[in-house]
This record gives sequence, structure tokens and C-alpha cells, in this order.
Amino acid sequence: MTESSDALHVSPLDALHRALGARMVGFAGYAMPVSYPAGILAEHRACREEAALFDVSHMGQAELRGAEAAPALARLVPGDVIGLAPGRQRYTLLTNAAGGILDDLMVARLAEDRLFLIVNAARKVADFAHITAHMPPSVTLTEQPGRALLAFQGPKALARLAPLAPALATLRFMAVAECAIAGIPCLVSRSGYTGEDGVEISLPATATEGLARTLLALPGVLPAGLGARDLLRLEAGLCLYGQDIDETTTPVAAGLAWTIAKRRREIWDFPGGAVIRAEWQAGPTRRRVGLRLEGRAPARAGAAILADGREIGRVTSGSFSPTLNAPIAMGYVAAAFAKPGTALAVSVRERALPATVTALPFIPHHYAS
Amino acid sequence: MAEIRYTKDHEWVRRDGDTLTIGITDHAQTALGDLVFIELPEPGREVAAGEACAVVESVKAASDVYAPLAGTIAAVNGAIVEDPALVNRAPEGEGWFFRLTQANPDDFAALLDEPAYRALVATL
Repeated sequence: MTESSDALHVSPLDALHRALGARMVGFAGYAMPVSYPAGILAEHRACREEAALFDVSHMGQAELRGAEAAPALARLVPGDVIGLAPGRQRYTLLTNAAGGILDDLMVARLAEDRLFLIVNAARKVADFAHITAHMPPSVTLTEQPGRALLAFQGPKALARLAPLAPALATLRFMAVAECAIAGIPCLVSRSGYTGEDGVEISLPATATEGLARTLLALPGVLPAGLGARDLLRLEAGLCLYGQDIDETTTPVAAGLAWTIAKRRREIWDFPGGAVIRAEWQAGPTRRRVGLRLEGRAPARAGAAILADGREIGRVTSGSFSPTLNAPIAMGYVAAAFAKPGTALAVSVRERALPATVTALPFIPHHYAS
Repeated sequence: MAEIRYTKDHEWVRRDGDTLTIGITDHAQTALGDLVFIELPEPGREVAAGEACAVVESVKAASDVYAPLAGTIAAVNGAIVEDPALVNRAPEGEGWFFRLTQANPDDFAALLDEPAYRALVATL
């Protein structure tokens, strides 16, 4: 036990998390805060009503540089990377030849010949090896282990940041800019994983604790851990890699076909394109759906989803939504049962709890324009 | 005068005369985090020592609550079903779970006393 905790990587904010009294857990090989003394519900509320600061430094960051960087990366993802304008960011997927999802990631275009990638912690080693193996000699992937990543999210986040970084006020949703915050050079994108307005801030690891302390001193701001983050992203209907999407799920079944750019949909020139095209045209056999359960008992990942007592799918993420004051879940069901309003049941402790297929997100996104 | 004992599963047991009241410790509610759902046993159910007989769900995960000793469920605290956060606020008071009529009066003395339970928590 000591060995495994010794083997965990630590965030540049490790000492701050511990000083704040965080409950630390191992996540994707990192010791990360799951919650702070305020508790997950208070952290969730801060993010929905004011602003919350998340440390997501475990995520993988890399720069892809070279005149051919965009067309080379475009060969690995279904998104339109070539048409991504400098200063813009896009959510996309690394797919495999079977049409499965290797990872989901953010790609920002910093300049014609510079892309910045943010990938999942648990996938970063595999992702960067995969990307590197497919780049021409003129394109170089450089991992950024010396950079940390903070997410500052909530309806008041931008207003609170304004005095520290006036330039951010004009940053639009999914725009990215190299910009100083409180004098620290940062790479900032107007995006997040909570369904709220906010930014993600990539910055030198050595400057992170200083900026984190500055942000936490702003009025109404709470530090929030992975527990609140998981709840927020579930309410926002956002997928967690390894749970809601993986190599066995396709973009079509996962409801992520919108990430397949229009021009890519004409020629399907990305890994798994033929498989995904066939599924897109015929319709998937199963689909990711949202479920709202009656009562108060949450259904967790792995719970069977039932129609007339027969299993037609499994829950992939489930918890209790504080916003809706009701249990919510996401999972895959046979396509015939995917229509919002369909009455199903979820098996929890051998009881079939009534559940209704619900359009995602469970609560509306509040992104900037 | 009430006596309190504990289990290694972080339940407390208070004995007032013949009545045993059971709940989860402050350590347990802290570890679980914000509770959002509680399921309690039916009154009248006979339970064995160590039998799972209640469920608590936090926003993170589900956990079982065990019968600390054999007996019959005499009463349950409906207030925590209505307001699970009551357990977070008052785990060793108003946030009690159920009352038990014990099968064997000697079982109580075999549970952990407060110093033994504190020593256990200190090792976690």
C-alpha cells in the first residue's frame, strides 16, 4: 500500500491541497484531491452559483509543431483540425481502425504551425506515443510535463478574473489565448468540463501555487475536487473516458457524431472511418442516453438497464444530481429504447427502479457565446 | 446511564436499558462525504451480527451499514431517509439509523469500547 502511494505522481499543487485539508485519492497514477473539507455538495454549488477552482494538472499537455502539424493530426481524428483557425480550440477524438475511441481531447491552434493538445491523464502515454508514431519527420510532439492545468469554472469565474486579466473578457467560448493572469504567462481557453462558463489555464508548474492562492482568495471561490468535477460533468452530459467512452464505443453510439466534421463526413478519411460511416448510415445498435431515476437511490456504473425485465444496456456513470435533487445516470441502451421519454428501469441492489430516458445534458449548459 | 460501544465497521451502539440504538460514527460520515440516500431495514426483521441491513449513498459511492450484533430491528429513524444530510450533521445524535432488540445480551460487551475504537481510527 505504501509502495503504490509512493509511486503516485504528485501535482504541483500537492502541498496546497494538503494544506487545504483535501481528501487525496489515486487517480490515473496521480494523487489528486477528491474533495476538500467543504464537501462535494458545497463545491458543486460553488461551481454552479459562483466559481470553483479545480486542479487538473494530471492531464496530459503537449505541443505539436511543424508546418504539417494540422494535416498530420487530422489523419488521426474525425474533427476538422485543418480548418481550425489560430486562436480556436476544438473537442475531438482519437479513433482506432475499428471505429472505437482511443481518447477524447482538446486541440487548440496557437499558430499555423503550432497545435496544443490536452488529453486524459490515464491515456497520455498511449496517446502521445500513438500521435508521435504517425507524425512526419517535420512535425514534433513535445510533452509539457513542466506545465500545470487549472480549471476555473462557474458563472462568476470570468468576472472574478477580470481585474487580474482584462484581456480575457473578450475571449469567446472555445477560444484560446496566450495571456498573463496576475502577471503570470498562461495559455487560457474559454472551456471546461462542468457545463458552466469558465476557463482552463495552462501555466508553468512553478507558478501554479501562487496563481491558485490568488484565485482562491477571490470572493465566493472554493477549491473543488474530482468528486464535484465528476458530478458537474455528469449533470452536463459530458463523457468520462474509460467510463462512458472507450475503445469499444464508437462516436456514433456515444452521441459524439457531432465531432465528425462535415467535410470529413464526405470522405471518412480517419481511423475507423469505414466502420463509423456504416454505423452512421444504418444507425447504431446501441446509444448513449441519459436516465432520470425515480426515488432517491443512485444507480452506479455497471448497473443493468432493463426494459420489461430484460437487460437492454448498462449504466456507465451514475450519481445523485444536487441540482435536480434526483438520481441521474448515463449508459448505453439498445437503440430502440433510446428515445427521450422511454420508460425503463435500472437494477439497483436487485430491485428494478423506474427510470426515464432523458435528453442530455440534464441541465442546460451555460457557456459563453 | 447509557453506554456506547463501536464496531470496526464504524458503527456506534448505544445501550439504554434494553434498547440498543445504532448509527455510524463521525469518522464514517466524514469518510463517506455528503449523503444523498439512505435505505433502512424493515422493523421486525431479524438480523445476524455483521449482516448488511442498511445502505448509505454519498455523491461518490454506496456503502453498507451492518448490524453490529444479532437481534430484531425494533425501530428505524425515518428522519434520515427524508434528510440524509442529518447523518452528516449529527451522526452520533439525531442521525441514528435503527434500534435493535438484541438476541444475546452478552454481545454488547464484546464490541469495541471508546479507547479501542479511537485507537482503530488513529491507524487509518
